[in-house]
Amino acid sequence: MKRYSAFAVAREAFRHHAGWERAWRNPAPKKSYDVIIIGAGGHGLATAFWLGKNHGITNVAVIEKGWLGGGNTGRNTTIIRSNYLQDPSAAIYEKSRSLYETMSQDVNYNIMFSPRGVMMLAQTHHEVRGYLRTEHANNLQGVATTFVGPEKVKELCPIINIDGPRYPVLGALWQPRGGTARHDAVAWGYARACSDMGMDIIQQCEVTAVRQEGGQVTGVETTKGAIGCKKLSIVVAGHSGVLAEMAGFRLPLESVALQALVSEPIKPCMDVVVMANTVHGYMSQSDKGEMVIGGGTDGYNNYTQRGSFHHIEETVRALIETFPMISRLKMLRQWGGIVDVTGDRSPIIGKTPLGNCFINCGWGTGGFKAIPGSGWATAEMIAKGEPGPLAAEFGMDRFKEGRFIDESVAAGVAH
Amino acid sequence: MLTLTCPYCGIAADETELSPGGQAHLTRFGPGASEEDFESYLFMRENPKGVHIERWRHSNGCGKWFHAARCTATLEVFGTYSAQTTEPPEELRKIISEKRPGWSWGASS
Repeated sequence: MKRYSAFAVAREAFRHHAGWERAWRNPAPKKSYDVIIIGAGGHGLATAFWLGKNHGITNVAVIEKGWLGGGNTGRNTTIIRSNYLQDPSAAIYEKSRSLYETMSQDVNYNIMFSPRGVMMLAQTHHEVRGYLRTEHANNLQGVATTFVGPEKVKELCPIINIDGPRYPVLGALWQPRGGTARHDAVAWGYARACSDMGMDIIQQCEVTAVRQEGGQVTGVETTKGAIGCKKLSIVVAGHSGVLAEMAGFRLPLESVALQALVSEPIKPCMDVVVMANTVHGYMSQSDKGEMVIGGGTDGYNNYTQRGSFHHIEETVRALIETFPMISRLKMLRQWGGIVDVTGDRSPIIGKTPLGNCFINCGWGTGGFKAIPGSGWATAEMIAKGEPGPLAAEFGMDRFKEGRFIDESVAAGVAH
Repeated sequence: MLTLTCPYCGIAADETELSPGGQAHLTRFGPGASEEDFESYLFMRENPKGVHIERWRHSNGCGKWFHAARCTATLEVFGTYSAQTTEPPEELRKIISEKRPGWSWGASS
């Protein structure tokens, strides 16, 4: 693989850009692999990347039913933060946030990580108390956040109306090292690096059955034929329940639609990410100038990547209250993704009842920010056969044992 | 927009008039149940890509709870029925089986 660099750009500029290579190969599947990862989204590709990088396992296939990065990785609002309440969450999300800082260098691909800061508004006294508690928890966990007053909110983001009639801004939890990244580049960067390590990324290849023998996984059947493997990892977000059924077990989660939308591009007007969880909307401005907007999930099971219109209305209504200047903006595009939501709004990373079959799912509405750390933890689990310290608390047996990692009250309203 | 007909007041209600209540006909385990049964009752939902039998409430209408059969892969609604029952009525099951061959009530639970 030719490395991307300023020198490479200059070199290609002199020869009509004829020397650029394909970013990744498009191979036919081999008969078998050491590890098969189902799902070439961010989490699946990050898992493959760290399997190669940290554990030297490169006889790996990443199988994708559509195109890589075409699911939730390409459908989110790209927010990166780690200001969670519970220790296991803070550990894995902070690991992830810190890996985002060096990811462009790690994979030699510009993911446009922009640590512009994330501000979560407190608009009720209950929320003020909640965020003060999170601030203290974060300080103990080594996550840099501070609770700031309304004047500082206005200073950081002048377009906010802090004297709203229903919910005036009483303060905010401010994580200056949070931010955004280019979501497609995250998938593409990992894919290119994985392909360069000799891994096969097989797109347009849907898994139709999971093969097993004596309680151990032996491979998968796909629309491109049967492929054998020693270890299997299911990393498919919204379709986790479907894959689990193929593998013969059930998961404590449900799949629902989550939507996002962007406005027409306007001149730079906000350089932070703002989340308003009481009125329930969040917004940032992309490098192209579009306002990137997200809100809440639908309340019923859905696999169609299409959400309800009235949720868009609710989200936009909430944001107009918070940012009155956007009231005349036209919305250009809207889309939906299928998110897999668990009972405590925390992910599942762990072993499954099927031997040598691992699962990474349940990221719900907040998976993008976790991609590098989630891949790191899942790769460690696949390589060693047991979850490491980052993943240990996230096993699916926690529901039976009552060891919830409860983020649904603290931070799970919007991710 | 999702539209369900309330079996009590007969109104075709848009989803803004309704509140979803999750998977229907759960067996409610209580004290004395095994850990597996209790976990399954509290957390394990069917989450099918296909036919889903659900509870809904006509919250901004007559206020009654009722049941609906819906396809999560296409958003097609097969029908709605009363809350005063522990399983989908035979004729609705027949309609669903005709549209989704191979489906049968309780096969995946």
